[in-house]
Amino acid sequence: MIKIVPEEFDPFAEVQAYQKKQQALSGKYGATNIFVGTMRDFNEGELVKGMTLEHYPGMTEKQLDAVVQEARQQWALLDALVIHRVGDVFPDDVLVLVAVWSVHRGDAFDASRFIMEALKSKVPFWKKEILADDESRWVAKNTEGYL
Amino acid sequence: MTVSIKVRYFASLKELLGRAEDTLEFDQALSIADVWVKTTGSKVMPNNTLAALNMEYVALDCVIADGDEVAFFPPVTGGQYD
Repeated sequence: MIKIVPEEFDPFAEVQAYQKKQQALSGKYGATNIFVGTMRDFNEGELVKGMTLEHYPGMTEKQLDAVVQEARQQWALLDALVIHRVGDVFPDDVLVLVAVWSVHRGDAFDASRFIMEALKSKVPFWKKEILADDESRWVAKNTEGYL
Repeated sequence: MTVSIKVRYFASLKELLGRAEDTLEFDQALSIADVWVKTTGSKVMPNNTLAALNMEYVALDCVIADGDEVAFFPPVTGGQYD
């Protein structure tokens, strides 16, 4: 399932509630991998006090769904839940949740990583940061996903 | 026959152009690159600009049809704009 949400969300409560509803998972999954991306209060050497996450309603969901489908083709996933925040956000706010369920841990680890990296490069989201002096700037550079 | 499409702009490109969308009417075959020229006039397209046709990524030489939705935007966060 994919959700784009304009308000704060609790990723762990979402995972629990979703898992409970998915009866087909019961007894079948041996691995759940949960990634939570949270807003920092610094970037590129400057303090950041807020951020606006812009998206392209319709295309964002379509591309995010394509990323998850691609992951499901490559790895043996039982289920996936991706939630992404949009709108005005502040430090410590959760920006993204990627939760995947599989029989064994390898598929869960790898698919989760793939979904996050593909999301960052293919799914239309744009970040505009508000700095301490109220100046704003578009984020033009991704932090490295792999070292 | 005149046909019409919607053109949308996002993020820094929306700010650069000062608007979020245009409606474009035309009566000949147009590519995505032609759409940019017709809607923005003399504005140079920033390097690395991405284009979408009906919410799928496309190349600039892709040809459009009546009722299509075209979008232009910078690399998605945080792809690098030159």
